[in-house]
Amino acid sequence: MKKNTVIEDLHRTQETEKSKTYLESVKMQDVARECGVPAAQVYGVATFYTMFSTKPRGKHIIRICCNLACHLEGADSIVDALKGKLGVEMGGTSKDGEFTLEQSSCLGLCAEAPAMMIDGQTYGSLTPESVGKILDTVRKGA
Amino acid sequence: MFHVKINNKSHEVPKGTTILQACRHAGIKIPTLCYLEGVHAEGSCGVCVVEVKGSRTLQRSCITAVAEGMEIQTNTEAVRKARKINTELLLANHPTDCLVCDKNEYCTLRQLSSDLGIKNVSFERTHAERADKDETSPSLVRDPEKCILCRRCIAVCAEKQSVSAIGMTGRGAASAVSTFGDMGLGNAECANCGQCILVCPTGALMEKSEIDGVWKAINDPKKTVVVQTAPAVRVAIGEDFGLEPGTAWTGKMVAALRRLGFDKVFDTDFTADLTIMEEGTELITRLKTGGTLPMITSCSPGWIKFAEHFFPGVLAHLSTCKSPQQMFGAVAKTYYAEKLGVDPRDMVVVSIMPCVAKKFEARRPEMNGAFHYWQKKMGLKDSESFQDVDFVLSTREAAKMIKEAGLDFPALPNEEFDQPLGMSTGAAVIFGATGGVMEAALRTAYEVVTGKALASLDFKAVRGMDGIKTAEVDLAGTKLKVAVAHTLSNARKLLEEIRDGKSPYHFIEVMTCEGGCIGGGGQPFTTNLETRKKRASAIYKEDAGLPLRKSHDNPVVQTLYKEFLEKPLGEKSHHLLHTHYTKRGVHPGDVAHEKKEHKAHAHTH
Repeated sequence: MKKNTVIEDLHRTQETEKSKTYLESVKMQDVARECGVPAAQVYGVATFYTMFSTKPRGKHIIRICCNLACHLEGADSIVDALKGKLGVEMGGTSKDGEFTLEQSSCLGLCAEAPAMMIDGQTYGSLTPESVGKILDTVRKGA
Repeated sequence: MFHVKINNKSHEVPKGTTILQACRHAGIKIPTLCYLEGVHAEGSCGVCVVEVKGSRTLQRSCITAVAEGMEIQTNTEAVRKARKINTELLLANHPTDCLVCDKNEYCTLRQLSSDLGIKNVSFERTHAERADKDETSPSLVRDPEKCILCRRCIAVCAEKQSVSAIGMTGRGAASAVSTFGDMGLGNAECANCGQCILVCPTGALMEKSEIDGVWKAINDPKKTVVVQTAPAVRVAIGEDFGLEPGTAWTGKMVAALRRLGFDKVFDTDFTADLTIMEEGTELITRLKTGGTLPMITSCSPGWIKFAEHFFPGVLAHLSTCKSPQQMFGAVAKTYYAEKLGVDPRDMVVVSIMPCVAKKFEARRPEMNGAFHYWQKKMGLKDSESFQDVDFVLSTREAAKMIKEAGLDFPALPNEEFDQPLGMSTGAAVIFGATGGVMEAALRTAYEVVTGKALASLDFKAVRGMDGIKTAEVDLAGTKLKVAVAHTLSNARKLLEEIRDGKSPYHFIEVMTCEGGCIGGGGQPFTTNLETRKKRASAIYKEDAGLPLRKSHDNPVVQTLYKEFLEKPLGEKSHHLLHTHYTKRGVHPGDVAHEKKEHKAHAHTH
């Protein structure tokens, strides 16, 4: 009996594909074969968890929190600012391929609401003005 | 036994049963939707709720075990209200175009809404926009808009068939049933068995209809349209007209098809007998010459595609015989067309099958033996190729056409098949039930090998609903070990034995669907374990009542060999009646570069 390590394997696969930050079909099928799990089930896991993507994404993933605390502190205006700056809708990737905008479940940063996370880094007490600067910093790779 | 009270009456129920089972045992009906006896009990729809004294909330009876002293109420205001609300929540996301839905009067959701007395839906749609219809498969169509996410299709695909071509994808309002990568059933490791169609409580899964094409062919005066009917159709089609299962409606079925306007009404049973001649001879040859054993039957197209995907390494074990449907098409468009003096391109072969995998089979590119036969004679270009079988209708589709034509099926007279391709024996009709092909093959193989007449024609060890049946038959001193499997999860067990070099058998019959073709994915929606058993008994009754019960006694098959084919496994048989298989695999890389597997036997071009 093979060990069912689908979630771990998908994480590892997605992380080693840094430039792509998503799961290619072939790679998911490899995971299915290695774990001895039907491919349809692996695809189910990959599409269930928001940390996985089955479609190409930008170099940096913005996860904006819209849960209760952030919502009350004006997350909507932050979302609008991000959409405007990047020229994308929720889930979209900016034309230059730098950023993908995703909605996140609670990041646990309620004390600093509204908050967001870009790649591994968290940013709190956001204002529509501050997000522009943050995007520039991330884009420069600082 | 537990002592419980259901609706204030005392009952004794076996330990380890669910509330639902206990209530059914006590003769109390509880409505269900996502529950599928023996296959799926997940409690996802919330329709089967009951009140249990001492429980804070209503309990889902399909997943709650009974306990000693339990007091259950199945018909209180709270229960009725909860059932209604749970069903209304499903209806909020379900289209209400029932009048023009294929499932119509067979829809469980529609029936349930009516039974629960739902007058209006109190909720707004919550689901995100659904994906488009999946029409990638030649056998099945999936309409996500009609799916209520009960997961019965996923359960039957995984548990009964061990295929798992479909699963849940996404989450929340975007949840859906789909294939890997949303590539569609036509691009998945789907066997096309259609068992998911039978268990779908709504119209989300249906066969891909070919009714329009058949009407068009019938209406075209230039075309000679011949129809063949599989053995399992005659014992099931009456159920679509409200008749009780357990009878063969052969005569009425023939009469109905004639009245639809088919030029000739023939019988797949004829080529089932022919299959036995070819396959029996192939088995004897393999036994004598040290060919690949065990040999496995090849009539069930779902099984073939399953083997191509999951066991590409054991394809040499499959008989090279085409299925009776495909043998019929090849014989009709060569021997019979020649006899009639009809241009084979003006002949249309329609099949009526208990099966939706047959639709895929008929479209396999290699299933154009008649074209190759005529190509040289008529100087046809490759681009003018035509298939041996043009249209495949499920039993359900045939019943629909009979209804469309306004025929009163139960009142029709009994009529006989046309000749010559309507002649058959009892060995052919039992092809429709699990174990039937094995029994038919044994009847012929025994007499051919021993030269003696069988004392009893009934091989009862291979009959019945056990998942895997085995028997040992003495063939003139050789002990022939045989096995019979139905459903693909049972077939998988025998296949794993072969793959691991541990199979003790010489000959194996595999049928994709539970009970064999009588339980096929193209059969009426009345299909369940009970109707499967009744249809099987009707099949064996039909066999017992026929004057000829051994395939090699079929006089027209004998004539066909004399006038045309010459001998089993002969040159013409090789081209028209035998085939090869495709190594498909499941994941890329399963099958490296080798595309096609040609069988060892007789392929000497």
